[in-house]
Amino acid sequence: MALALQQLINGLTLGAVYGLIAIGYTMVYGIIGMINFAHGDIYMVSAFIAVTGFTLLAAFGVSSVPFALVVVLIVAVLFTSVYGWAVERLAYRPLRGSTRLAPLISAIGMSIFLQNMVQLTQGARVKPIPPMLTGGIDIYETAEFTVRIAYSQMLIVLVTVGLMIAFSWLITRTSFGRQQRACEQDRTMTALLGINVDRTISLTFMLGAALAAVAGVMVTVYYGVVDFYIGFVAGIKAFTAAVLGGVGSLPGAMLGGLIIGLIEAFWSSYLSAEYKDVATFSILILVLMFRPSGLLGRPEVEKV
Amino acid sequence: MMLQLSGVHAHYGHIHALRGIDLSVQVGEVVTLIGANGAGKSTLLMSLFGQPRVSAGRITFDGEDITRLPTHIIARRDISLVPEGRRIFPRMTVMENLLMGAVLADPRNLDVDLKRMYALFPILEERLEQRAGTLSGGEQQMLAIARALMARPKLLLLDEPSLGLAPLYIKKIFQTIRELNEDHGMTILLIEQNAHHALRAAHRGYVMQHGQITMTGTGRDLLASAEVRAAYLEGGHAAA
Ligand SMILES: Nc1ncnc2c1ncn2[C@@H]1O[C@H](COP(=O)(O)OP(=O)(O)O)[C@@H](O)[C@H]1O
Ligand SMILES: [Mg+2]
Repeated sequence: MALALQQLINGLTLGAVYGLIAIGYTMVYGIIGMINFAHGDIYMVSAFIAVTGFTLLAAFGVSSVPFALVVVLIVAVLFTSVYGWAVERLAYRPLRGSTRLAPLISAIGMSIFLQNMVQLTQGARVKPIPPMLTGGIDIYETAEFTVRIAYSQMLIVLVTVGLMIAFSWLITRTSFGRQQRACEQDRTMTALLGINVDRTISLTFMLGAALAAVAGVMVTVYYGVVDFYIGFVAGIKAFTAAVLGGVGSLPGAMLGGLIIGLIEAFWSSYLSAEYKDVATFSILILVLMFRPSGLLGRPEVEKV
Repeated sequence: MMLQLSGVHAHYGHIHALRGIDLSVQVGEVVTLIGANGAGKSTLLMSLFGQPRVSAGRITFDGEDITRLPTHIIARRDISLVPEGRRIFPRMTVMENLLMGAVLADPRNLDVDLKRMYALFPILEERLEQRAGTLSGGEQQMLAIARALMARPKLLLLDEPSLGLAPLYIKKIFQTIRELNEDHGMTILLIEQNAHHALRAAHRGYVMQHGQITMTGTGRDLLASAEVRAAYLEGGHAAA
């Protein structure tokens, strides 16, 4: 019981992170009808930016955690937005109107480039950060087990929920959001109304990247370490979350993230921690086989 | 001259859809373009926006060469299109569709313009929160027209606005066209299958066949022309 409660808390934290990354997959898919295969790396890159940033700030004697966090977030968001923009500009836009496979291959190319760049500059070793945001609140105690919410978990959930609310508002209530959805539904018509479709697509890539960057920084604070493989796998898990929720659906991405996070937490504590990734990938395969439109996705055929 | 096409050609792959079009519209005119299915009428309107790009020839609007401008920049020259098939945004509400039409407009005009659309098409006001894809065909057509008008265009392009509509709606749409032109001085280029209505509503008309203009004249002259009557009015269906 206590263990289950703890895993619920851990799962929600993880799920929030996956959901945040999954939004980027889903938004890009919504607007150009293709998966951005270079999106998963953004999370890893931003995690490395976080490690470097926190270490540097500590070396310069900055001891205020909120200040360090804000600085690192800004740098990570700026850097990854530019990367998101570049992916669209270099890998997708020049190949629009070509076969569907071509931009996917060029995106994977960019992704490999980025991975190698990170490995070259950061090395393949696991990197720790100076301890930040340690401690937490014990909410439930039994003789053998204490259920605890770490401060870093609270931070992750608060930031994620805040961002998701803000992002949903942006998409459903603002002029930019309407333009974004209009591009999803009929790109030519949107241009005929005077809207710069290319710019809207670029912004979508950048927004998705920015959210993933926040996720990367949060997780670095949470785990206190980052390694290349973790970053890589998290990208794929977020992709699974997007597919499970229904690629193209914003609430679907959030829901998918939560489900994947919970499954992973419970799987690793009750079954096998070594095989937790297998659980996620089995879900990916099952969803693709039996319900490719996902939980909240809309079926391909639509009455107009 | 507000709009001028000179020697315009356009292709879809190897289909040669426009073959040297010369056409002009003056400020304050209603001009209609009639012709059988597949003649290239819709292509002509879309090519004004570079969709597809013309392969030869020149298009000017208010004296400016717009032939090579990006689609959204051409739209910003105050040209609005009600395209073939309406192309409203089906998963947005009626209100959101109207707001999409007003993206370029001065936000201070928004309330006035919305009220004007409600007065023109009262049904839209009743359906503001309904998803546009669930409207009937006639309602969607009205929404497409209202969306185009929200931009306060100088030139309004209409591609078969009466297609598939009940006679009552058709009357309403032609009445709206007349009002926009007479009361608001809007310049209109109208494509119609319904040649009879269109030629009566228009100052001038062009007849199109196989991607070429084959005849032009005042609405009245074309209505009286034996050729036009045989092909487009008395139940005749010319081959494209
Ligand atoms: N998107 C398209 N791709 C390929 N061919 C097209 C396309 N749109 C129209 N055409 C072709 O171009 C010609 C003109 O079509 P269109 O402009 O739609 O004629 P109209 O509007 O007069 O019925 C036709 O032969 C049609 O098949
Ligand atoms: Mg047509």
